[in-house]
Amino acid sequence: MPDLGAYTVEVSLAYLGSLGLLGGLTLWVWLRGRRVRADLDLIENRSERNRHG
Amino acid sequence: MSNGSLWEYANPVKFMRLSGQVLPWVAGLAAACVVGGLFWGFFLTPDDFRQGSTVKIIFLHVPAALVAINAWVMMLVASLVWLIRRHHVAALAAKAAAPVGAVMTVIGLFTGAVWGQPMWGTWWVWDPRLTAFLILFLFYLGYIALWSAIEDAETAADLTAVLCLVGTVFAVLSRYAAFFWSQGLHQGASLSLQPGTRMDWAYKAPLYVCMAGFTLLFLALLLAGTRTEIRARRSRALMIRERMAA
Repeated sequence: MPDLGAYTVEVSLAYLGSLGLLGGLTLWVWLRGRRVRADLDLIENRSERNRHG
Repeated sequence: MSNGSLWEYANPVKFMRLSGQVLPWVAGLAAACVVGGLFWGFFLTPDDFRQGSTVKIIFLHVPAALVAINAWVMMLVASLVWLIRRHHVAALAAKAAAPVGAVMTVIGLFTGAVWGQPMWGTWWVWDPRLTAFLILFLFYLGYIALWSAIEDAETAADLTAVLCLVGTVFAVLSRYAAFFWSQGLHQGASLSLQPGTRMDWAYKAPLYVCMAGFTLLFLALLLAGTRTEIRARRSRALMIRERMAA
């Protein structure tokens, strides 16, 4: 850990807050992608089954 | 048959195929640049003689602001493609870019405030550049809300494209307000192609890595988000078809 001197709180806050936001955004995009993909698979399988009686 | 045109990728099937191949590489490179650049900036750069260690905030603030503004410009181009050529992938790409741009704007505002408090003596000032950037953030929120509020996808794409055209004024002002108005606390460009640029390479090198990392991260999230929007659109179409058949 570098010595941040008088600005330890400010610099740490900026890094922790920003990394949290970036991590949260990436996680949200990934989880939403997984959910939508699973939903589409379900609907496609159901449509396929319905088509073949 | 391929004709080598960019418009080929307006075809969702071709877009999904290409983006599926490219996405892991872009995501990997983005992670390497963001982690490497921020590690370099945080641990390996010296304190500035005037700003002290707060200079390290630049490695977050500048790349985030760069992506926040350029994401809106990308949305503008995609919106124009939608309005003129009616390519659905363009409209869905603009929709997918908005949350990423909004978060980057929040990071730009947040890191700017955290840096401004010790350096300017205030968290916030109604400076032209800061105010334009805050309004850009509100446009991002309005854009996302408008997509959610309208059920018909084509109408939503039309109206959000028009909103994007209007909001572009504030994306431009966020970048150039310091040139248009001489008053205000926010300085001009941190990096410049002009000779005699003010930043030392000890800061400039990690800053370039962070800028590349944030841009690649935006691209990775944009590709992933657009793929999700295309799948969601297909799900809706299949459900409507099922309902009509029943």
